[in-house]
Amino acid sequence: MGRAPSPFATKIPYEEKDLKVIGSNPTARGDAVDKVTGRARYASDIKLPGQLMGRVLRSPHARANIISIDVSEAEALPGVKAVVCRDDFPDMEVEHAASGELMVNFRDVTRNMMARENVLYDGHPVAAVAAISDAIAKRALKLIKVEYEVLPHVIDVRDAMRPDAPVLHEDQFTKGVDPKPEKPSNIAARMESKLGDIEKGFEEAEIIIEREYNTKPVHQGYIEPQASIANYTEGGIAEVWTGTQGHFVFRAQIAKLLKMDLSKVKVIPTELGGGFGGKNNVYLEPLAVVLSKKSNRPVKMVMDRDEVFRATGPTSGTNVRVKMGCTKEGRITAAQAELNYQSGAYAGSSLPLATITVFTRYDLENVSVVGHDVTTNRPKVAAYRAPGAPMVAFGVETVVDEMARECGMDPIDFRLKNAAKEGTQTHFGPKLGPVGYIQTLERAKAHPHLQEKLGPDQGRGVASGFWFTLGAETSATVNIGEDGTATLIFGTVDVTGGSRSAFGMIVAEELGIPFEKVRTMSGDTSALGFNFMTAGSRGTAAGSMAAVTASRKAIARMCEIAARKWEVEPDQVVWEDGRARPAGANVGDFEPMTVAELAKEAAWFGGSIAGHAEINVAQGGPGFGTHVVDVEVDRRTGGVKILRYTLIQDAGKAVYPEFIEGQFQGGAVQGIGTALNEEYIYNDKGVLENPGFLDYRVPVASDVPFINTEIVEVPNPDHPYGIRGIGEVPIIPPLPAIANAIHDAVGIRLRDHPMSPPKVLKALKDKMVEDLASRGTAAE
Amino acid sequence: MAKQYVNTTINGDNHELLCDPTQTLLDVLRDQLDMTGTKEGCGTGDCGACSVTMDGVLVCSCLVMGVEANGKKVETIEGMADGDDLHPLQQKFIEHIALQCGICTPGLLVASKALLEENPDPTEEEIRYWLAGNLCRCTGYHKIIEAVQDAAREMRGA
Ligand code: FES
Ligand code: FES
Repeated sequence: MGRAPSPFATKIPYEEKDLKVIGSNPTARGDAVDKVTGRARYASDIKLPGQLMGRVLRSPHARANIISIDVSEAEALPGVKAVVCRDDFPDMEVEHAASGELMVNFRDVTRNMMARENVLYDGHPVAAVAAISDAIAKRALKLIKVEYEVLPHVIDVRDAMRPDAPVLHEDQFTKGVDPKPEKPSNIAARMESKLGDIEKGFEEAEIIIEREYNTKPVHQGYIEPQASIANYTEGGIAEVWTGTQGHFVFRAQIAKLLKMDLSKVKVIPTELGGGFGGKNNVYLEPLAVVLSKKSNRPVKMVMDRDEVFRATGPTSGTNVRVKMGCTKEGRITAAQAELNYQSGAYAGSSLPLATITVFTRYDLENVSVVGHDVTTNRPKVAAYRAPGAPMVAFGVETVVDEMARECGMDPIDFRLKNAAKEGTQTHFGPKLGPVGYIQTLERAKAHPHLQEKLGPDQGRGVASGFWFTLGAETSATVNIGEDGTATLIFGTVDVTGGSRSAFGMIVAEELGIPFEKVRTMSGDTSALGFNFMTAGSRGTAAGSMAAVTASRKAIARMCEIAARKWEVEPDQVVWEDGRARPAGANVGDFEPMTVAELAKEAAWFGGSIAGHAEINVAQGGPGFGTHVVDVEVDRRTGGVKILRYTLIQDAGKAVYPEFIEGQFQGGAVQGIGTALNEEYIYNDKGVLENPGFLDYRVPVASDVPFINTEIVEVPNPDHPYGIRGIGEVPIIPPLPAIANAIHDAVGIRLRDHPMSPPKVLKALKDKMVEDLASRGTAAE
Repeated sequence: MAKQYVNTTINGDNHELLCDPTQTLLDVLRDQLDMTGTKEGCGTGDCGACSVTMDGVLVCSCLVMGVEANGKKVETIEGMADGDDLHPLQQKFIEHIALQCGICTPGLLVASKALLEENPDPTEEEIRYWLAGNLCRCTGYHKIIEAVQDAAREMRGA
């Protein structure tokens, strides 16, 4: 998101053909052996000679002005080699750029990385230290004196929208309203998206349901805390090793924030210990570079877990209203939503994405969406798998469930009746191409899961999700070795360990050589042209387009070599089954040449064989999924147990089916965590009370059952192998699906996230009181 | 604080070390011995990424002090494969795609090995509860459980 589609963007039409490698499950996955032996190198595993350890001093206040910072005592501590604070970083003008799915403003990025005039959340960085040991760096932090003027703060999104709320930014006037408001407020922007005539839609409706939902922020919860190591050399060159989802975007941000030339910053992506959107933003990197510059030593910085929770991620907390109308026959006539999304300390939440995805599962004529992006005293939000989508799906998919029940229809049939399909006009712009939503619903209906009997206090819920998938700039190089083996250097980040293998399969398929003869590796920022962030499910979808393009260029070069050898024109040579062959009998009787044979002769015929791709991929192919879940509600504890779970999703084409299943299962379990347990809890001082895995409870192995998966394949017409992005959709349906299942089990509708035991218990009690009262009235 | 002499055996190799009494076993492994296969996800005993065994007992190395390893036998992920021969658990984790980003994998493997040593034929539920201290954010656990079941089967020769 964030940029208009380019007319020069690359689309390669889908071709149906017999595949030899794609779609198989190779046993030799490129990254796996190093990961099971402990040899894989993540950012915090890297050690440079002479390195110092860096640490960050963070604000203990939710909101305060910084009156003064005195670092002199810290600097004087033996073993401390550098201390930095706001004075060490240039201020930035307002300038927007895309970073993953969200937009960033450099004026804010620099303030978020190191506070300037004020701190705006508990955990906001105010200074950083580099010392000869971690222990000394920590001691030095205690010697830094910061004088604060503590100010009133606001945490909740609805509170922040009130006219009397403390305003975080005196220069923030709501964008998107005309005329410009007279007073500043926490509402940074208002967005609207419309289709048809919403009034007319509600007039046509026979059933209208309107509900309000609230969700708490949740964290990406990657197990590897942020870590970076920077080496700034005398020549003014900075090298940065870091765990990132986009080393090229990080390079751009570091260069911009530190006013350096791009060519003087090199970012080397390490193995990544999970990101899910949370590693789309620089936090430590610019600090490490400046500490290294000041100390003339490499500086390594690793966050503690509580720093990860307090100062990185999380998602928006939201307040959502959904109003939908349908006929008694179950045709949706109107769909309206108001979305209030927290952006955290600085403007820019996932609101634009939520606006797009809110109703895009249904073929609708009348839609109206209004959204507000709201600043609050929390860490600046970051993307998290399908950013913004699960919260709106919570509302829409449970209202759809209510409407289906009112119509006396099965919830899958109700969805089928209204399902988005090829040609559906979305409310945000494009018409949908071929998509697989209906297939996911039909497969769900036929799934044996639906035949399982439910016991007392058990219930079944269904929900669906949609994600549109980014394209964007992508580069790759294929080098053919003298022995005929191939190396692919890719510029996206292999965020889950699967794209290395997927790319290898694609190169093998294109070149017609065995998968084992292809090695794939990531290239640092000096090896390739710019690559956008690996976000929005684009990693394999877009990266594979670059791999195909680069492979085809290498093939063209190989055909040229054969032509030179046979003394024919290059277009008289074709590539088939991994061999250069004469295009027809009239070309001459030449023995076809294999990659290895061509590689051997390459030097004589003009030089070695390589193919490059520097492309802007048009789109990664919209994806749809449908989930079915069975739960059991414990009436004594309020605990919700997941009994059975089935997920069906359109992958376009599954390059590496078992890996895709794994991503589906992981996304669903993250969604289960969101639904049942995970939430940010702040105290009345605006201090985060659960910044650790003990109190911020992500699902553990004993919380979940096996997750059944089915892959639907409706090819993406703009991808040569039909691939669609798959990473985001799985996290969208669990929250509403579980809410629907809880209702089916015990008759309560939960609209406040998370659906944790206290909330379930309270709702059960309220229902009992209500039932008794209505029985009482009935008896009278 | 004065450093203390520690004599410990790690994956069969004897190490003589001087440890600061505030240093965790995890820090000793990673920072002092450069054995970075053992991971740190939280430092507070909540994620299991730092799992090792000490005299055969599964522990979070972030909760054990380095000096406590004196006279003990420590086993880490680096000692799991025999040269090029992967342990059946390692093999099955790869086959079943029981890892994505891999940051949890060393801890899960060490914990699973400890489980199978104690209980060679665990039920699905026993595996899930034993591994409940090892967080994985990528896989949803499905393929991890399958890999452990399959490895157990193979190790029992069933
Ligand atoms: S690092 Fe030891 S349990 Fe998390
Ligand atoms: S594979 Fe990433 S945390 Fe388990």
